[in-house]
Amino acid sequence: MRIDEITNGIVIDHIKAGKGMQIYHFLKLGELDCPVAIIKNVNSHRMGKKDLIKVDTPMDIDLDVLGYIDAGITVNIIKDGKRVNKLNPTLPEKLVNVIKCKNPRCITTTEQEIDQIFKLTDKEKKVYRCAYCETKYSSD
Amino acid sequence: MRNLIDIRDLSVKEIEELIAVADDIIENPEKYAEKCRHKKLATLFFEPSTRTRLSFEAAMYELGGNVLGFSEAQSSSAAKGESVADTVRTVSCYADIIAMRHPKEGAPLVASTASEVPIINAGDGGHNHPTQTLTDLLTIKRETGRLCNLTVGFCGDLKFGRTVHSLISALSRYTGIKIVLISPDELKLPGYIKEEALNANNIPYEQTTDLESVMPELDILYMTRVQRERFFNEEDYLRLKDSYILTPEKLKNAKQSLRILHPLPRVNEISREVDKDERACYFRQVRYGKYIRMALILMLLGVE
Repeated sequence: MRIDEITNGIVIDHIKAGKGMQIYHFLKLGELDCPVAIIKNVNSHRMGKKDLIKVDTPMDIDLDVLGYIDAGITVNIIKDGKRVNKLNPTLPEKLVNVIKCKNPRCITTTEQEIDQIFKLTDKEKKVYRCAYCETKYSSD
Repeated sequence: MRNLIDIRDLSVKEIEELIAVADDIIENPEKYAEKCRHKKLATLFFEPSTRTRLSFEAAMYELGGNVLGFSEAQSSSAAKGESVADTVRTVSCYADIIAMRHPKEGAPLVASTASEVPIINAGDGGHNHPTQTLTDLLTIKRETGRLCNLTVGFCGDLKFGRTVHSLISALSRYTGIKIVLISPDELKLPGYIKEEALNANNIPYEQTTDLESVMPELDILYMTRVQRERFFNEEDYLRLKDSYILTPEKLKNAKQSLRILHPLPRVNEISREVDKDERACYFRQVRYGKYIRMALILMLLGVE
């Protein structure tokens, strides 16, 4: 399988195998009208298998979202066919409008216009709590 | 501009200052009778409350101020679908300070982002109730003379009781505190409170289902009501509601210096006979609630 090299854009590398589609949705890459490639289960020396995303247009990338999904990801910025920057997202202290509170008693369920804000309360266990009601976020 | 949304918004030093002001108000009430003249407190109670709302209103009147507001959502614009942020933005044009109770958790935090005047959280669902915690701290300080070196027993519903969670969190910042958790297995303190408040601050604690066995070691006994509204299953409620009823017999082995607190209202978890015991201080606790709210209003309004 061959995917063309990109000239100006980004390559998101070292994605845990199987997480590629999640990142595609979180970053709303489906809304772009440029070529976007998701390559799944690429062989990797370091990881065994990994996913990879290539976007063939320069774009602002939300590093907080990437850091939240997987802090091991690498973001390569490509300009004129060359890598000009390499970014390593970290686990963000705060997430704004990335995940939603599921507590039915939380004010975010009725006050529609407010931001969904989560704060990192336990870095080791990667626990995020709603800034309003402090309910722990669970992806289930 | 300061708000009080969560008890953790206040440092230990600020809590000490509030307690000192409350003490002074108790000793010299006349000194404070005009402190808030021409100031207005708005009490926005989106759900009913007896004690807390009246306590805030009495506090403001005793400071010489005035009170406006509503006591249920149906008599406010919330019934027309107005957002919390808009209601508060409007009320902050009329009042100097707002005390707000709301059934949705986090509503006072949202209010604080929209308000031009200080917001006091007077209870948001099962989440926070910081002025109850301040009341509890003042009560403990007044009744025992200290907030350090205490063995504090919490009895009853430790799972859903927001007052228990907040008080444990507040006490965990003091030295020499030992916590004793007395509850049926189904109503144990949630794991994250043990983790974040007790373990994180190296506060020793023990869990038991037997109140009488731990009674002799307690300096404070904080009783709570098993709340019917928290149960999905009426059978579970009926089975657990009478788990711990404090009677004079159960107090036989208690210290003479023990102090019994309860955030009220009680149903039957403390027998009426206990009311006569000097160690029962839950009605004095209600009175202290007014004084600490007076101190808080002064602090947030910046009145010297």
